[in-house]
Amino acid sequence: MAAPQTKADPNAARLAAIRLPEGGVWASEARSAALGRLTAMGLPRRRDEYWRWTDAAALNAAEAAPAATFDPRERPPFDSVDRLKVVFVDGVFDPAASDDLSGAGIEIGRLAEAGERDIHWARHLYGRLEAAGQTPVARPFAALNTATATDGVLIRATGTAARPVALIYLRRSETSDAVLHHVVRVEPGASVTVLESGPAAARLNKVMEVDVAEGGAFHHVRVQGRDHERRAVTHLFARVGKAATFKSFTLTKNGRLTRNEAVIDIAGDGAVAHIAGACVGDGDFHHDDTVFVTHGAVGCESRQVFKKVLRAGATGVFQGKILVKPGAQQTDGYQLSQSLLLDEASQFLAKPELEIYADDVKCSHGSTSGAIDETALFYLRSRGVPAAEATDLLVLAFLAEALDEVEDEALRDEIRGRLDGWLARHRK
Amino acid sequence: MLEIKNLHVKLEEEDKAILKGVDLTVGAGSVHAIMGPNGSGKSTLSYVLAGREGYEVTEGSATLEGTDLLALEPEERAAAGLFLAFQYPVEIPGVGNMTFLRTAVNSQRKARGEAEMSAAEFLKVVREKAKALNIDAEMLKRPVNVGFSGGEKKRNEILQMAMLEPRMCILDETDSGLDVDAMRLVADGVNALRDAGRAFLVITHYQRLLDHIRPDVVHIMADGRIVKTGGPELALLVEEQGYADILAEVA
Repeated sequence: MAAPQTKADPNAARLAAIRLPEGGVWASEARSAALGRLTAMGLPRRRDEYWRWTDAAALNAAEAAPAATFDPRERPPFDSVDRLKVVFVDGVFDPAASDDLSGAGIEIGRLAEAGERDIHWARHLYGRLEAAGQTPVARPFAALNTATATDGVLIRATGTAARPVALIYLRRSETSDAVLHHVVRVEPGASVTVLESGPAAARLNKVMEVDVAEGGAFHHVRVQGRDHERRAVTHLFARVGKAATFKSFTLTKNGRLTRNEAVIDIAGDGAVAHIAGACVGDGDFHHDDTVFVTHGAVGCESRQVFKKVLRAGATGVFQGKILVKPGAQQTDGYQLSQSLLLDEASQFLAKPELEIYADDVKCSHGSTSGAIDETALFYLRSRGVPAAEATDLLVLAFLAEALDEVEDEALRDEIRGRLDGWLARHRK
Repeated sequence: MLEIKNLHVKLEEEDKAILKGVDLTVGAGSVHAIMGPNGSGKSTLSYVLAGREGYEVTEGSATLEGTDLLALEPEERAAAGLFLAFQYPVEIPGVGNMTFLRTAVNSQRKARGEAEMSAAEFLKVVREKAKALNIDAEMLKRPVNVGFSGGEKKRNEILQMAMLEPRMCILDETDSGLDVDAMRLVADGVNALRDAGRAFLVITHYQRLLDHIRPDVVHIMADGRIVKTGGPELALLVEEQGYADILAEVA
């Protein structure tokens, strides 16, 4: 009998070519460990269940495919918000464009510098939540990120941060291939808001690890850049401690490929974790939200609210899971994933999952896909609202539940303004 | 005001005629009522006039002060002064009632080349008109018709009518689902809008609404046509005898 033929891993060359950046002892250890994880799991292939609906080829490729830069000709996101600006250009920190990295209630450092020093709080966190998040589902690009990232920020909230930290990702190069890794530690009772905006690079691989200690609060609002051709894979790993709060919202407009993974470990009793996203896209637009929420403590609440508006052949993917571990009683879990398909060329692929090993649990999930409600549209038009405006009103109404997850009113208005702009530009 | 001539309408999806030659003229300042049994085509008439999809006009015409209604989009008909109070007002989660009202008012003003109403002016007017209809601030803040009771939905329709100040108001079974008190409130709202420059077409099954909104002319509709026209006494006759005798008489 002939031996079964084994195909060589098409990604082997990419893996073999990875060179770890120089750095201090702890950083080197963390990078080597991450490379070990990555080598063991390999880069994603089409047959991987978690990559069935999203083609990883462009992310696996040795180099970023050229992507034309784009000038949105609009006020930058969060421009009106008093914030501490941390600017990256094509994935490299730009000190001249950034504010002084200090503020009340907060410490900010750069990964590039912290890696050189062996005494730094981040050594206990860098790559740790990522490593923990590799089971039960492998997340190769996150391991790749930990192994190769040289830039990013380390944010430590020690009290109530006076103003939000805004990570601003500018892009100038058509071939930039950025790897950014941020670590956030919210000390007990402390709180911070982190804003992210901008296209970052032709291809972006970003990881943010967030550790929220007892009674801490972390708020995250992200606006992914409008560049039509950019590609991005991002991971948000969070550990939420006792009575702590974690809330994250992402708005995505355009972009050829976006895969946003969130891995949330609800580890302390009475913790709250909300993760939400709104995306609007048309044409060559592929948007994937892959979420894994683990309830490992008593009396916790989790909420996932994801809404996608798709048109002209756009694709939306949602893979969301709630895992309730044994003993995680009085869990309140909610998951909603919905798409509004504005034409028949667009598609939404959803895989909602619940896995529950505790008996005193309230978990609900819903996933729908639909068109504009013609009855509602007629009702609005019969009151004099023109069809295009009425459609926009209904699109915004569809997205409202996701937007409501942005607690801060000024930030919510900001997001709403971005959506209004997108709708106005796409009006038929 | 409203002139309907020999209007024939069938369903788009199937070859089924619903209206088979409706003739109706409603003059400015007057209130006409259309009564008739289920399936006679009353609601279809209101939808066709408002421009709902799914119907095909095969013959005849409908004009509003000389303007061909059937050639206009629904929003253009509204801007031209036509208003339909829905039998089943639509719930729109995520759209605030206030936002909806303001968008509607200003869309119509814009379409007519008038200045938009400022936020402050709008707020003042809407509060005043809402108060008369016993609509509180909470109801104005909530999403359009979501979680409203049957009576609240109908009052909300009348509030829209009061804000939009249409010249031709069609009320499609506005009495359905209302108790006596709610009906009085709705009728008061309608009566407050009656004036020489405005006309009403009140579609109803029952005579009781017409006790509160007193019509000048009553039409009986059956099988897609107006088969009998008379004064307010015709509504009383329906109440006493039902439709069977009247229909037998005209058959």
